[in-house]
Amino acid sequence: MDLNLFFSQLLNGLSSGAIYASLALAIVLIFRTTGILNFAQGEMALFSTYVTWWLADQGLSIGLAIAISVAVSFVGGAVIERVVIRPFEKASPLVIVIATLGLFLALNSLTQVVFGTDAKQLGSAFPDTVWDVWGLRIEAQTIGILVVLGLECVALWVLFQRTRIGLALRAVADNPEASRLLGVRVGTMLMFGWGLSAALGSLAGAMVVPTTQALTASSLQSVLVFAFAAAALGGFDSPLGAVVAGLIVGIARALTIQYIEPLNNIELVVPFAIILVVLLVKPAGLFGSTQVERV
Amino acid sequence: MRGRALGIGTRAGAALLTVGVLAWLPQYYGATDTALFAKAIYIAIAALGLNLLTGYNGQVSIGHGAFFGFGAYATAILMNDHGWDFLATLPVVAVASFVVGAAVGFPALRVKGLYLALITLGLAALFPDLVTKYVHGTGGTTLVQPPLPTSPGWAQGFAPNDDQWRYYLALTIGIVMFILAWNLVRGRFGRALLAVRDHDAAASTIGIDLARIKVGSFAISALYAGIAGSVGVMVTGLANAGRVETFQLSINFLVAVVIGGTATVLGPVVGAWTFVFLERATQDLFPDQALLSPAIFGVALILLLFALPDGIVGGARRTGRFARRKLQARRAPRAPDFPSPIREDRQ
Repeated sequence: MDLNLFFSQLLNGLSSGAIYASLALAIVLIFRTTGILNFAQGEMALFSTYVTWWLADQGLSIGLAIAISVAVSFVGGAVIERVVIRPFEKASPLVIVIATLGLFLALNSLTQVVFGTDAKQLGSAFPDTVWDVWGLRIEAQTIGILVVLGLECVALWVLFQRTRIGLALRAVADNPEASRLLGVRVGTMLMFGWGLSAALGSLAGAMVVPTTQALTASSLQSVLVFAFAAAALGGFDSPLGAVVAGLIVGIARALTIQYIEPLNNIELVVPFAIILVVLLVKPAGLFGSTQVERV
Repeated sequence: MRGRALGIGTRAGAALLTVGVLAWLPQYYGATDTALFAKAIYIAIAALGLNLLTGYNGQVSIGHGAFFGFGAYATAILMNDHGWDFLATLPVVAVASFVVGAAVGFPALRVKGLYLALITLGLAALFPDLVTKYVHGTGGTTLVQPPLPTSPGWAQGFAPNDDQWRYYLALTIGIVMFILAWNLVRGRFGRALLAVRDHDAAASTIGIDLARIKVGSFAISALYAGIAGSVGVMVTGLANAGRVETFQLSINFLVAVVIGGTATVLGPVVGAWTFVFLERATQDLFPDQALLSPAIFGVALILLLFALPDGIVGGARRTGRFARRKLQARRAPRAPDFPSPIREDRQ
């Protein structure tokens, strides 16, 4: 077996896995704070990525464009929570699922109306340097994506475990009624959670586009499928699970494409087969918490 | 509840009138509209099945577009490559979809709620890839275009055009599937579905076989989606399963169920027709802005859900109950307001 090839596929898998992990983190954030599975997550990130592209197209440096887009997405996510999701606070989960699907359709077509349907080119935030380590080609792009993911994790950990606002967010996720009684502004926290999630999605979008050919309205849909797979594999309520599972899904996908000939073009089987097996053994996901039910 | 609200005669009359109107539609409207009505019928068939799974049994699926595609390809390939008659393919599709549905539904024994929804999402994402890999249709594409059924000699009196004949075929199949669903939910199986949805652990303690009900409802809903796919091929003339189409179909079925009213037999049918016309209306609103129509549709969907969270049929029932209570209050103003031992809103 060609070890070099194996390791370069591993790196490929890691870099796409890090992107799945970013978006999976965004999904988990919303799920933890509101109990909603947001199917519009990918399209929210798509819109943010177009904003990044537009800013870069106006002549801003790519880093600045991403930073502004993250801020805009934060506000946008909070507004979406307040305007679209809050009215369904007391509705059944199925109705909320359909509402996020409505949001999915609306955002996707709005993006095309606002920014046009032609494919866009978006530069990478990282230099295109390639290091040669014992014959293995390591791209700065790959390292950059992994570093960003690492920073995201650290920032989220600090936010959730070491700040008052993080404590309030966790309290709201755990028990909204009791939090309200203790004076936590539940509504504001929910908006904050959605904003944070949209900001993460915006980062994920800015990372993924330079690795694909171009930015189009369907750029993030397959990423969303893999991110969902990662969220399910890790357990919907576990940020750590999302990151680990995102990397697993990415690596499994890259290795399948390289090594398993009969699964050519249907490599999507692999993440879902993994999920199925994991869920059959551990129904709450790898890192998820199980819920005890009483009759 | 419904039994008391409307007598059996009234309901039979309403059903006959509805079927009469549905049968009259293609006589009055042209080919374009007839195709639209036929689309509403095959979406209604799939939604009927999905409602058994999602509405009655509480298992959400975002992957039924895959079963639809399965049925569509089975019919198209049997007709195109093996020269089968359209109607002859239906039993085969029904059995095959049922078996595939049972196989896919098997994880539902362990995997619940949102996790199951995600497994089915994987199904919807995977199916187009499978088709691309294994189906070799017209000119190397994945499209299969079978010869469509034509209006036979004896039907010339009421369906001189082929599209009318196909509409009547679709309508007949739709009515059969509707009556089947109606009987299914009114019997032992239907009550078991609800019991499992509301509390599966409790249901199993009173002797309901969870595995049979959960996998069974998955298989039956897959059967409905498969038949809907066959009818879809007959109406549109081709089987196709792009990534986007499969996902969109899956969403469309769910939308039809939810806007019609979950866990009501009539809901998916009303929802499917509403959906088809809502989609058409948003396309017509800005004819030169085709891109904008999904946005308007998405917003309209969210507004509709906001106004009628329990769907059109659920909302209508609620209004009916409210009106009856007001009427009764007016007739007997001093009647003591004892709570009835049997809850009225049991439905």
